[in-house]
Amino acid sequence: MIQAILVFNNHGKPRLVRFYQRFPEEIQQQIVRETFHLVLKRDDNICNFLEGGSLIGGSDYKLIYRHYATLYFVFCVDSSESELGILDLIQVHLEVVFFIAPKVHYILQEVVMGGMVLETNMNEIVAQIEAQNRLEKSEGGLSAAPARAVSAVKNINLPEIPRNINIGDLNIKVPNLSQFV
Amino acid sequence: MALKMVKGSIDRMFDKNLQDLVRGIRNHKEDEAKYISQCIDEIKQELKQDNIAVKANAVCKLTYLQMLGYDISWAAFNIIEVMSASKFTFKRIGYLAASQSFHEGTDVIMLTTNQIRKDLSSPSQYDTGVALTGLSCFVTPDLARDLANDIMTLMSHTKPYIRKKAVLIMYKVFLKYPESLRPAFPRLKEKLEDPDPGVQSAAVNVICELARRNPKNYLSLAPLFFKLMTSSTNNWVLIKIIKLFGALTPLEPRLGKKLIEPLTNLIHSTSAMSLLYECVNTVIAVLISLSSGMPNHSASIQLCVQKLRILIEDSDQNLKYLGLLAMSKILKTHPKSVQSHKDLILQCLDDKDESIRLRALDLLYGMVSKKNLMEIVKKLMTHVDKAEGTTYRDELLTKIIDICSQSNYQYITNFEWYISILVELTRLEGTRHGHLIAAQMLDVAIRVKAIRKFAVSQMSALLDSAHLLASSTQRNGICEVLYAAAWICGEFSEHLQEPHHTLEAMLRPRVTTLPGHIQAVYVQNVVKLYASILQQKEQAGEAEGAQAVTQLMVDRLPQFVQSADLEVQERASCILQLVKHIQKLQAKDVPVAEEVSALFAGELNPVAPKAQKKVPVPEGLDLDAWINEPLSDSESEDERPRAVFHEEEQRRPKHRPSEADEEELARRREARKQEQANNPFYIKSSPSPQKRYQDTPGVEHIPVVQIDLSVPLKVPGLPMSDQYVKLEEERRHRQKLEKDKRRKKRKEKEKKGKRRHSSLPTESDEDIAPAQQVDIVTEEMPENALPSDEDDKDPNDPYRALDIDLDKPLADSEKLPIQKHRNTETSKSPEKDVPMVEKKSKKPKKKEKKHKEKERDKEKKKEKEKKAEDLDFWLSTTPPPAPAPAPAPVPSTGELSVNTVTTPKDECEDAKTEAQGEEDDAEGQDQDKKSPKPKKKKHRKEKEERTKGKKKSKKQPPGSEEAAGEPVQNGAPEEEQLPPESSYSLLAENSYVKMTCDIRGSLQEDSQVTVAIVLENRSSSILKGMELSVLDSLNARMARPQGSSVHDGVPVPFQLPPGVSNEAQYVFTIQSIVMAQKLKGTLSFIAKNDEGATHEKLDFRLHFSCSSYLITTPCYSDAFAKLLESGDLSMSSIKVDGIRMSFQNLLAKICFHHHFSVVERVDSCASMYSRSIQGHHVCLLVKKGENSVSVDGKCSDSTLLSNLLEEMKATLAKC
Repeated sequence: MIQAILVFNNHGKPRLVRFYQRFPEEIQQQIVRETFHLVLKRDDNICNFLEGGSLIGGSDYKLIYRHYATLYFVFCVDSSESELGILDLIQVHLEVVFFIAPKVHYILQEVVMGGMVLETNMNEIVAQIEAQNRLEKSEGGLSAAPARAVSAVKNINLPEIPRNINIGDLNIKVPNLSQFV
Repeated sequence: MALKMVKGSIDRMFDKNLQDLVRGIRNHKEDEAKYISQCIDEIKQELKQDNIAVKANAVCKLTYLQMLGYDISWAAFNIIEVMSASKFTFKRIGYLAASQSFHEGTDVIMLTTNQIRKDLSSPSQYDTGVALTGLSCFVTPDLARDLANDIMTLMSHTKPYIRKKAVLIMYKVFLKYPESLRPAFPRLKEKLEDPDPGVQSAAVNVICELARRNPKNYLSLAPLFFKLMTSSTNNWVLIKIIKLFGALTPLEPRLGKKLIEPLTNLIHSTSAMSLLYECVNTVIAVLISLSSGMPNHSASIQLCVQKLRILIEDSDQNLKYLGLLAMSKILKTHPKSVQSHKDLILQCLDDKDESIRLRALDLLYGMVSKKNLMEIVKKLMTHVDKAEGTTYRDELLTKIIDICSQSNYQYITNFEWYISILVELTRLEGTRHGHLIAAQMLDVAIRVKAIRKFAVSQMSALLDSAHLLASSTQRNGICEVLYAAAWICGEFSEHLQEPHHTLEAMLRPRVTTLPGHIQAVYVQNVVKLYASILQQKEQAGEAEGAQAVTQLMVDRLPQFVQSADLEVQERASCILQLVKHIQKLQAKDVPVAEEVSALFAGELNPVAPKAQKKVPVPEGLDLDAWINEPLSDSESEDERPRAVFHEEEQRRPKHRPSEADEEELARRREARKQEQANNPFYIKSSPSPQKRYQDTPGVEHIPVVQIDLSVPLKVPGLPMSDQYVKLEEERRHRQKLEKDKRRKKRKEKEKKGKRRHSSLPTESDEDIAPAQQVDIVTEEMPENALPSDEDDKDPNDPYRALDIDLDKPLADSEKLPIQKHRNTETSKSPEKDVPMVEKKSKKPKKKEKKHKEKERDKEKKKEKEKKAEDLDFWLSTTPPPAPAPAPAPVPSTGELSVNTVTTPKDECEDAKTEAQGEEDDAEGQDQDKKSPKPKKKKHRKEKEERTKGKKKSKKQPPGSEEAAGEPVQNGAPEEEQLPPESSYSLLAENSYVKMTCDIRGSLQEDSQVTVAIVLENRSSSILKGMELSVLDSLNARMARPQGSSVHDGVPVPFQLPPGVSNEAQYVFTIQSIVMAQKLKGTLSFIAKNDEGATHEKLDFRLHFSCSSYLITTPCYSDAFAKLLESGDLSMSSIKVDGIRMSFQNLLAKICFHHHFSVVERVDSCASMYSRSIQGHHVCLLVKKGENSVSVDGKCSDSTLLSNLLEEMKATLAKC
């Protein structure tokens, strides 16, 4: 089982945090920090395995990580996973440019589910993600409307917009606004 | 209204989206927390809006903040709102947030049940997928119970995308709701053979994960996994399976034997390092499980070690690390093969990577022998000096101690050397392991009597240099060794050269800076020293000297009396008073030495750590029984104490061991010795000191051993262990010379006599006699100590709940709970034909129930036996030498019968080989219990067992067997054995290749059949680039990869080296199944040999018979009767004459070739049932006359029935 997948940058700022076992948020942050300090100490030319993360699991668990340019990818796995297999998984399947968490989460969801490797066929993963992206696009996306509005506002180049436009007296409840969006 | 909308979109215009949030956080580096709390306030506002898009955006931002460590549990309800949005975009955000933040403690989680169920049955596969993914992260026991059935249904979904997710999530469901494991397991097992590789891999994943925790329950799946292992090409799946086998082999060594060969092949053939590594690992596990009694595997060990050496030598640090890791496993059982790579491992000690150095250290632990211990430790000592970083140095230190002390100092030949090493280690500054060194010093000094004199001299030197240790680094752990030094000098003061000097050293003012517990030991041992000095002086008649010592004590002890440490203070006060008293006596010239020494008379012996636990409970003593009956409440309070006291007085004498029983004890001891002598399993230690000690109680009898004085006792100053290495070498050399001399002498003496051992002067471990004949005083154990193994199974282990026997057939009560109130009935097609098994199992009428239960119990037992027997069979069959027998006929859900390297020709012709029968048997065993399978296998067994075998061969659904059980059992005469058959029929052949094929209905999809084509290379060329092109008809078409046209050939996914065969599977979609039909096809391939390559072609015709559209489906007699009564079926019949075959075999043939199952059988009449892939019911009534058979059929489609009967006629005509 994969216990956790952590991605953070060279300064230890989390880029993706995915635990497959429940930890409270503070503990999660602590784990990320400790893991970061563990891997930071290590040269790039030494092996990619670390034993016994003190916080997760016990001696059965290993940290397997890779370091790319500015990002560390860390998998915390137990002995049922193959060490080299996980390294391959990181290299072959997750070597994508990471920007913002949710998208990556969606990709990750197609590779690892609930701590178990779901799919290793690259084409299949890409196909499913593309299909979902198409679906999202066809629905107009999350921020289609405001994005358009924002760009419009940007274009008219208003120097300062008051943050709160209070039209508070117009408090008519519209039951289902979503149909208009 | 319009205004409201305007307001909404203006508001939204200024909402931050996620990018804005991220950017904002970056721009507020100084006051990040403040900025985020401001953002959270905004998000709270947004969540109050009715617009779902706004909410989704807010939740999306929250998910990001959660990652940064902010608690978002307060938004749980909003997350659920977003989860229930109709748009996929929003839904996905909701589920993501839920999967990141929900857990068992989230109270609103119960509200999601219906929403999730709705999403699971959504027509969009992505809605379902996203729900499954989310659920996998936050499934709770309640959700698992409520949704298990829905998920189980999804396991047979038409889309592989959903299937694989559903399969994977089942593991989480099992964990949370273990009751679901048994009902769901048959389906899960089915998925091991799913046509989609992703689904297959998911199923393997789940079963491996389950099996890892409770391997014994999954042992019966071994043959199935074995087959998958030999057929799969997916490395992920292979790795998982191979890892699983690694967990199974310890339970079943025979499995290991079977595995060695294919694993070795994989090791040779694979190019994937990850796979290679896992293979090696599993081979090691196999070898460990076989370690006794399998002499012929040295080749495998060599192969593993050799491959590991390659890994270790690799420049890739990861491979190096793993190589060392695996090597350490081999070490445990085959130390010799690893020891030859000592050079390599010592080299790794110099590696720049600490993890690798640590691994190498682990290995060294097992590599030492008497011969190389000194050398290895010397090497380690140089590393200790070089090591930067205290953690690694401490690790080295513990390893040195571990290595030396392992198995009772087995490898130490010279304890003086070891003491010197320990003393050298005390020079390490800042180590945390001072107490370890101290413990070793104490242990050695106490247990190795011969070394005490030397140890004492070294310890007194340490005490003398105590200022070094104590002053500069006062608080560091190394001062712990002084604890040991002081104790040893005190306890064994008789060995001290200059006790007075040591006494002074121990009474120095500096000592008071040591930690309290060490000072306490100092104080106590000062007295011991004092006592022995007194005695010396008095014996020598130096009264003044004795008084001087007393004066010294009186002068110095007060410094300890002032100590802040209570223990030190108390001891010092006591002793000071004592010494003052002695002083008075001395003043009167009274000899006191005798009495003072008496304070410390006697010897301390080490006691084994578990000694207390192992004291056997004397016979007749019940520790759980009340000593006093609990007092009844009526008794008054004041009476109690008296009663207890009274009782106690009465009882005590009983339990006190009677000293007078000395004789009795001796007698018993004698008897026990006798018994041990006669017991072959009692490990007799060569006259162990302990035993002798038992013989004659009393400390004087512990053997004290003479030191061989070939090594000088005193090494001036602090010892240098290196000197010992040299000395040791010289000593060994001398020993060898002497031995050789002796040998020569002997040789001369007995020139004619044959020598037993070859006289090559190799220095084996045994040859090196230890410098000291060191007797290690074994730790004391109570008499009759019980050999006990502590069973420490953690009762809280979550996986314990999954320790469930899966081989037992399902009971009626074992069903997944089905929700009564469904809000949406959108469940799709796959559901309707699946839980046949469960539906049916509900049917039996109540009236019969009791009877049936009894039967079932019997049945269960039989099945169980059978299972075990089958596995035994599979395991005992050593892989057949040349042509492996054919894949067993599998018309149903059962299994993917793929045997690489099969030769179908042989299988058809010499059908009667015993081996094949066995193989059939083996393959049959992984069949789902409920799905009947015609089986033809007879095996070599005693006659009485044959009847049992018969029962098996006539395999029927449990229900039908119950009904028909009696008559069959009674009436069945001994019948001739039915030759094994194959459902694979010849398709086409030429000089290059032979094609055989089998067509099976697919359970997952309506109107689909799977065509399994076995290709056998009969030429001496390699066949590659094989392509299959089939001309589709209107009614039947081949499923091709996306994007390829109808005219393209479909590639065969493998190549065939000469003499090898393999199976490829193709799916065909059939529109109408009522008629048989034929498809033309061509196999094109390139045959390549040394002379060159040629393009070849082979035409074939695929014959889809109506029988191939049938799927063996069990049916209960009452359901069968209902079906017949319903009147929806049309009828037709045939009659065939000239049949000689027994009825039993006849039925088997119909079952086998036409995929029917027997519903009920009475004498020479049987009803049979089957179902087509499109859901037609087919019922048969088969009656046997003198020389004829008549078959009446009923079917929901008349054309299908008549075609089927025609085919059956053809089959029967051959009988």
